[in-house]
Amino acid sequence: MEFSDLIRTGRAQAKLLRGPEAPPLRGTLCLTGHHLLLSPGPQATSELWLLLLRSVDSIEKRVASDSGTITLRCKDLRVLQLEIEGVEASLDIARSIEALSSLESVITSFPFFYRPKGLRLGDAWHFHPPERYYKRVARETNAWRLSEVNEDFSVCPSYPRAVIVPRSVDDGALARSARFRQGGRFPVLSYHHAPSGTVLVRSSQPLTGPQKRRCAEDEELLRAVLAGARPGARGFIVDTRSSQAAKQARMTGGGTEAKTAYPGWKRLHRPLERGQPLQESFVRLVEACGDPQQSTDSWLRRLEGCCWLAHVKEALSTACLAAQGMEREGACILVHGAEGTDSTLLVTSLAQLILDPLSRTMAGFQELVEREWIQAGHPFQLRCAHSAFSHARPKHEAPTFLLFLDCVWQLGRQFPLSLEFGEGLLLALFEHAYASPFGTFLCNSEKERCLCEVRTRTHSLWSGLNQPKEQRKLRNPLYAPNPLAIWPSVELQSLRLWQGLFLRWIRPPEPSEVAWEKVWQIVTDKEKTKLSQPTVSASEPQL
Amino acid sequence: MEHIRTTKVEQVKLLDRFSTSNKSLTGTLYLTATHLLFIDSHQKETWILHHHIALVEKLALTTSGCPLVIQCKNFRIVHFIVPRERDCHDIYNSLLQLSKQAKYEDLYAFSYNPKQNDSERLRGWQLIDLAEEYKRMGVPNSNWQLSDANREYKICETYPRELYVPRIASKPIIVGSSKFRSKGRFPVLSYYHEHKEAAICRCSQPLSGFSARCLEDEHLLQAISKANPVNRYMYVMDTRPKLNAMANRAAGKGYENEDNYSNIRFQFVGIENIHVMRSSLQKLLEVNGTKGLSVSDFYSGLESSGWLRHIKAVMDAAIFLAKAITVESASVLVHCSDGWDRTSQVCSLGSLLLDSYYRTIKGFMVLIEKDWISFGHKFSERCGHLDGDPKEVSPVFTQFLECVWHLTEQFPQAFEFNEAFLLQIHEHIHSCQFGNFLGNCQKEREELKLKEKTYSLWPFLLDDQKKYLNPLYTSKSPKFTVLEPNTVSFNFKFWRNMYHQFDRTLHPRQSVFNIITNMNEQNKQLEKDIKDLESKIKQCKNKPTDGILTKELIHSVHPESPTLKTSLCFKEQTLLPVNHALRTIEGSNPADNRYSEYAEEFSKSEPGVVSLEYGVARMTC
Repeated sequence: MEFSDLIRTGRAQAKLLRGPEAPPLRGTLCLTGHHLLLSPGPQATSELWLLLLRSVDSIEKRVASDSGTITLRCKDLRVLQLEIEGVEASLDIARSIEALSSLESVITSFPFFYRPKGLRLGDAWHFHPPERYYKRVARETNAWRLSEVNEDFSVCPSYPRAVIVPRSVDDGALARSARFRQGGRFPVLSYHHAPSGTVLVRSSQPLTGPQKRRCAEDEELLRAVLAGARPGARGFIVDTRSSQAAKQARMTGGGTEAKTAYPGWKRLHRPLERGQPLQESFVRLVEACGDPQQSTDSWLRRLEGCCWLAHVKEALSTACLAAQGMEREGACILVHGAEGTDSTLLVTSLAQLILDPLSRTMAGFQELVEREWIQAGHPFQLRCAHSAFSHARPKHEAPTFLLFLDCVWQLGRQFPLSLEFGEGLLLALFEHAYASPFGTFLCNSEKERCLCEVRTRTHSLWSGLNQPKEQRKLRNPLYAPNPLAIWPSVELQSLRLWQGLFLRWIRPPEPSEVAWEKVWQIVTDKEKTKLSQPTVSASEPQL
Repeated sequence: MEHIRTTKVEQVKLLDRFSTSNKSLTGTLYLTATHLLFIDSHQKETWILHHHIALVEKLALTTSGCPLVIQCKNFRIVHFIVPRERDCHDIYNSLLQLSKQAKYEDLYAFSYNPKQNDSERLRGWQLIDLAEEYKRMGVPNSNWQLSDANREYKICETYPRELYVPRIASKPIIVGSSKFRSKGRFPVLSYYHEHKEAAICRCSQPLSGFSARCLEDEHLLQAISKANPVNRYMYVMDTRPKLNAMANRAAGKGYENEDNYSNIRFQFVGIENIHVMRSSLQKLLEVNGTKGLSVSDFYSGLESSGWLRHIKAVMDAAIFLAKAITVESASVLVHCSDGWDRTSQVCSLGSLLLDSYYRTIKGFMVLIEKDWISFGHKFSERCGHLDGDPKEVSPVFTQFLECVWHLTEQFPQAFEFNEAFLLQIHEHIHSCQFGNFLGNCQKEREELKLKEKTYSLWPFLLDDQKKYLNPLYTSKSPKFTVLEPNTVSFNFKFWRNMYHQFDRTLHPRQSVFNIITNMNEQNKQLEKDIKDLESKIKQCKNKPTDGILTKELIHSVHPESPTLKTSLCFKEQTLLPVNHALRTIEGSNPADNRYSEYAEEFSKSEPGVVSLEYGVARMTC
């Protein structure tokens, strides 16, 4: 097995430092193909400590005369320090971790070996199939149909097998429209807003190029979208690039919809940061958070300099714009940027969360992430290859999904009773997107997941999360279903740094966690007292 | 009333300062002797107390009318548009007169009548008894005693009559020391830590100049350190920046020379003076008052205002003080220049960290009475109650409240009261509705006969206690005996609920607090019901199961159970609607201004075809 070749020294005596709050651990360090283990020895009371190697983002080694120190910076932003006896051993271990944590092959990754107790393979892969949602929309509207044009991923490699398109457009037209869109991502339905009868549609940019090419089938497709909503319905194209960037894209074959070619549609440009600048913003924010000694002034300056909250604000207000267009203006919305796999998904998924009470439930939110991120072809493997600590030059990394989670957290803070899930679920999704024993976030698209047989050979994160023992961590005890749209305030004074994520390992979380525990207690007390009451009164007649 | 020319103006518009679409409410403006009142078309009332008005501005006339901007001390900013310039001018002039009174007797407190009789009023004033408080701390005792030196305010006018000093400090020493201290504010006890036998003392700066010394003052400090049987040395904290303290020496003031005082450890902590704090808050408000802030505007504004840095400085000083007592059992003497601003902040905040009593509702009132009111924090000057020197106005007490708020954020379970309590107190230091905060020292308050002519705020807050309770409060937790806050910069946040308390659209749309409070109450009630029922079952079981008796028993239970059941149903029904009311969301109301801000986006690209309807742009393309 190739792992053993990479492990130079499998075992050493070590001391582990886990930040200022947790006590240090001493014991025997073991390196396996996927994990770093620290066994505290038979006399110790503490448990085995385990770290998934995949979650190591960067390694730093320092040696003294007879020992070495390895600093491990993890993708979940944790910083760990290992003091290892023996210089040779420590260097060997550091090199091995480096090699093992950066293995590229998907099918040798840990999810393919992870077999947790109590879960059966293949059980939960049908937890949230998007087809179920699409079928419902098709049934309810009559204007949309499920298409199998992409059954073999030949029309669009990054789309799932099933997509939902206007009923009046046949598969041949879809294939031709796909050739006119980057990566074949022709316009498909993302969300149907039943109260207004309007739809949210997403795609990639049209390939108009410098000659301003047109595509009749693509134009027909968008015309059918409007016709399906309501005769005379209007539409808005929310382009997530600036109008200048959209124009520039023509030089490289891309572009944007010409006004004359798409009657009834009007274009709005809402530039959202993406790619490398977004990654840099993330890196700078994490850097700023890593320095507890700095003065208040320097902290505020760095918070300003990294611009992270500006991205949160822009993402949220663009999503509000899309949602408002549907709910208030009764218009259909098409969202795209360039590839249509990043900021596009950010906007469409947030807009649904604002409008759709179902997507704010535990199951609904998981379904949303599955449908709008995983199945919709957000390239998780590329985007989450490295987190904020990596020294490697970022190529495709970008924390778009994290930005989505942050926006959801902001919504949850402004509407603390309206989301069924709590911060715990968002933190878990962040962790698992970057490194996970589950297969859910593996690969870049449904096609790749099929090739790797992810569904049959790994466990789904959803089945892991939906176990009863996890629920207390993930749920919001105060949830009360709220049938209305939730419109957040996007003023800067209303947005906050997500301390629970960015300062999770830096700041002692204790008092607020204890307070949260108390909230749980109050809520469960309430349920308990409610339950126990009928039994007391029921026992009365027996006397 | 002679200042009021126009009492009622109709068709006045009220603008929302955070709405980009210039959405407004139309209504009627009324001017009364004490309040400015705006009633909009939905019959929603906005009351503004004249004393709360910090600034009135009449802006240049526009096509829709004459804009009138009112800035309040409780951080409310209202922007009216009055259709006729003459009305606007009348109101403007009236408000200018009404918001700035020249005499205490014209303040609201002297006319405010909550329908209480004299004995009720007196009882209200007796609610907080500082002698009782010193007894609670454990003084007088073998080392500390009550001094009658200031009984007639002869030694220090700005101190209270009753002062606690070391038992071995004789009257000549006290008198001598007071002559060596600015404004006669000699070292006295502020808080006694019974367990550690250490004390927090407070005073003003010594009149040391470059070389002067005073044997009595040196004796008094020695007496303080001797009054601590555990630790012989004591800390002297000068809460000013070192540079400021040194500059004071040129004016014959200054700080203690360590060579002249035995057993002292001298320490500067660097809190800026009232002028720096005033302009810092001004900058903060300027930045945050603008709408559509960008991230860099907001954070660079927050940084350049320095406000959070100042809050941190006060907090750090209080932590230093608390540590000296808990870790080293050393007594601490705190002073600044006059010993009524920074000294009050540090002493009170330090006591709050040390003693969980001050984290209760009643205890917090006592703390304010003791360290702020009785020791002569100049509330009337700092809050600008009367038309006076604007340079004396400074948000020193607001800073104290903000420090407490930061502590409640860090220790959500350690305080009996909630944020609303702090906001309410802040409201009333400026309202002049109650007598507590009028005047600048106890002597002045006695001369004004406040206890006979005005009411005390505290009993009213206690009556409303329910609103101010923190549902997460855990009084008995040993973890919270002494608070050890972490002052990393991440923990200092902009207090939106204070500085934007009236900007409704900026706040979270649902309140966790109300829900938890409600649930807590429900739990308590249900638990009580369970207990009642259980005890009833027990009663029934204890009776012998004789055939006749059981029959009787069934009869005795049954007549009661329907009432019990109805009472339960009743509770469920009454509590649920409350929940529903709390769970509806303001932000989701179509009339809310949130939409219009995005709607503007839609209309931007085709301005020609937009019709405005209820302030929401509709598209007609």
